[in-house]
Amino acid sequence: MAEARPARRRRTAGSTSATQRSVYPSWFYLPAGVLYLVFFAVPTFASFWFSLTRWTLFDTEFIGLDNFIQFFAEPQLSQGFVNTLIYGFVTSAAKVVLGLALAVLLTSQLVGRGYLRSVVFFPVLVSTIGVGITFKALLDPFDGVVNTMLATLGIEGPGWFTDPNQALLTIAAVDVWKGLGIATLIYIAGIVAIPQEYYEAARVDGAGRWQQFRSITLPLVQPATATVIILSLIGGLRSFDLIWATTGGGPGFTSDVIGSVIYKQYQAGFYGLSTAGNVILFLVVTAIMVPVSLLLNRKEVDR
Amino acid sequence: MRRAGSWATGIVAIAVSVVVFLVPFGFIFVTASKDASEASRLQFSWPTQWAFTENLTEVLTTRDGIVVRAFLNSTVLTVVSVAVMVVLAAMVGYLLQRRRSRLNPVVNFLVLAGLIVPPAVVPTIWVLQQTGLFKTMPGLILVEATFGLSFCILLFRAFVATIPRELDEAAIIDGAGPLRLFFAVILPLLRPVIITIVVVQAVNVFNDFTNPLYFLPGDENATVQLTLYNFQSQMVSQFNLLFMDILLITVPPLVMYIFFNRQIVAGMTSGAVKG
Repeated sequence: MAEARPARRRRTAGSTSATQRSVYPSWFYLPAGVLYLVFFAVPTFASFWFSLTRWTLFDTEFIGLDNFIQFFAEPQLSQGFVNTLIYGFVTSAAKVVLGLALAVLLTSQLVGRGYLRSVVFFPVLVSTIGVGITFKALLDPFDGVVNTMLATLGIEGPGWFTDPNQALLTIAAVDVWKGLGIATLIYIAGIVAIPQEYYEAARVDGAGRWQQFRSITLPLVQPATATVIILSLIGGLRSFDLIWATTGGGPGFTSDVIGSVIYKQYQAGFYGLSTAGNVILFLVVTAIMVPVSLLLNRKEVDR
Repeated sequence: MRRAGSWATGIVAIAVSVVVFLVPFGFIFVTASKDASEASRLQFSWPTQWAFTENLTEVLTTRDGIVVRAFLNSTVLTVVSVAVMVVLAAMVGYLLQRRRSRLNPVVNFLVLAGLIVPPAVVPTIWVLQQTGLFKTMPGLILVEATFGLSFCILLFRAFVATIPRELDEAAIIDGAGPLRLFFAVILPLLRPVIITIVVVQAVNVFNDFTNPLYFLPGDENATVQLTLYNFQSQMVSQFNLLFMDILLITVPPLVMYIFFNRQIVAGMTSGAVKG
C-alpha cells in the first residue's frame, strides 16, 4: 500500500515552501501525533524493556531473556506460537482461494447476484463474539444442528471445537466464514476494474473460460490478491477474540495462539511474560509482513 | 445453452448460500424466540411457543438492566472515539497530501507501522494507569481512536488528492487562514470519505471485544460485547436469552449496512484496485 503516485511538481505562485509552511501548518500533525505517541509508540517501545523483566505493574526486576526462554521451553506456550502461524496461513490461503472463486462467480451473469453479494458480506458486520457463540451451538458435538444433520445422513459428525486435533482448524473455518465477504468484495472490485476488451479479444482468439481466467483475470487481479493476503495475514496472526469466544484456547492448549497466551498470562499476573508474548507477536508479524509486502509489491512493478 | 447453465449455477449458489450463510442467522432468530427448555435443545426448528417479547424484556431487565447500560456505554464509546479519529486523521491525511516536506516519509512509515504492529497490551495498561485513565471510559475512547488512526489517514490521504489545489489557493487569496481553509473549505468536501470512514469504524468499534476486555474491565462500564461474553458463562441453561442478546447486538450493524451499504463496501475494499 506504499505511495506509488508520481510526485506532482508544481511551481505556481502559492506553493513556494515558505507560503506552504503557513498555509499547511505542521501542527496539524500534533493532536494525532500525541495520541499515537502516548497510546501506541510509548507502549510499543516500553514492551521491549518490560519483556525482559519480572513485572508486577508496581516494580520490575530485570531477568534478561528468561521470559523468552520460558515461552519457547514450555509446550503450552510454544504451542501458541506454532498455532498462530498455522492459523494465519490457513485462513489467508482459504480467503484467497474462496474469495477469488466467489468473486468470479459473482461478476458473471448470475441470477440473484445482488442477494448473494449481500449475504456473503453480512457476517463481516456481526460481532465476533456473537458469531463464536452461535457456531459453538451449531457445532455442538451432540445436539448441534450440523452433527444432527450429519447423523441423519448416517455420518458420525466430528467433535469440532471439542476435539484437540480439530479445534484450531474449526475456528479457522469459522474465521473464514466470517471474513470471506471482505476478500470477495476486494476481488470483485479488482475484477470489475479489468477492461472488458481483454476478454472480448481473448474470445475472438478462441480462448475458453478457463484460459481467460488463467491469462487475464488471475494476473490482473494481482493488486487485489496482495490486499487480501496482507489484510488477512494481519488479522489472522493477531487473532484473539474468535478463539477466546469459542474454545478459550482449549481443549488443553491445542487451540491457543499468541494472542490468547498474552491474555492468559496477563490474567495470571505474569505481566513480563505476557509482554514477552507481545514482543514475539510483533516479531512474527513483522518477519512475515515485511517480506510478503515487498514481494507482492515488487511483482506489481515488474508487470 | 449458456443461459440455462448460468441459471443452474445461480440456483445452486443461492441454495448453498442459504445453508451456509442464512441458517446461522435463522438459528439465532428462532433460538431467541423459544422458551428456555426448547432453546436448550439447540435445534434449528420453528418455535412451538413464541416467547420473543418475554425474552426481550427479560434480557433488557436482567441484572438491573445491564444490557441497556452496555448499549449506552457502547454508543458513547463509538460516537466519541469515531469523532476524534475522523477529525485528527483528516488533519494528518490532508497535510500529508498537500505539503511536501522531509517529514512525510517518517509520517508514512508511522502510519503503516500503526496498521501492522500489534498493540502491546500490558504496557498500554501501564501507560493508562500512569495517566489515571485505566478502567475509565475516556481512556478506552482515546485508545480506540488511536488504534483507528492509521486506516483513516490512508483513506483521507487518497481522497484529498482528488481535491484540486486551486481551491486552496482561491481560499487563501480570499483571506482564509489555515484553520478556516481546512475546516470551512476542505472538511466539507471530504464528506463522501468521511461517511465511509464513520460507518466502517463505527462498526469496528461497536463490535470490538479485545480492547474493552483489557482496558475497561468491570461491570459498570461494560460494553455490549463484554456483556455478551459474560452472559455466555452466566446463562448456561438460558440459550434463548443469550441468543436474544446476540440478536440485539446484531441490529445496529445491520441497520448501518442497510443504509450505508455502498459506503461500507467502498471503505472495506479501498486499496484493491490502486494497490
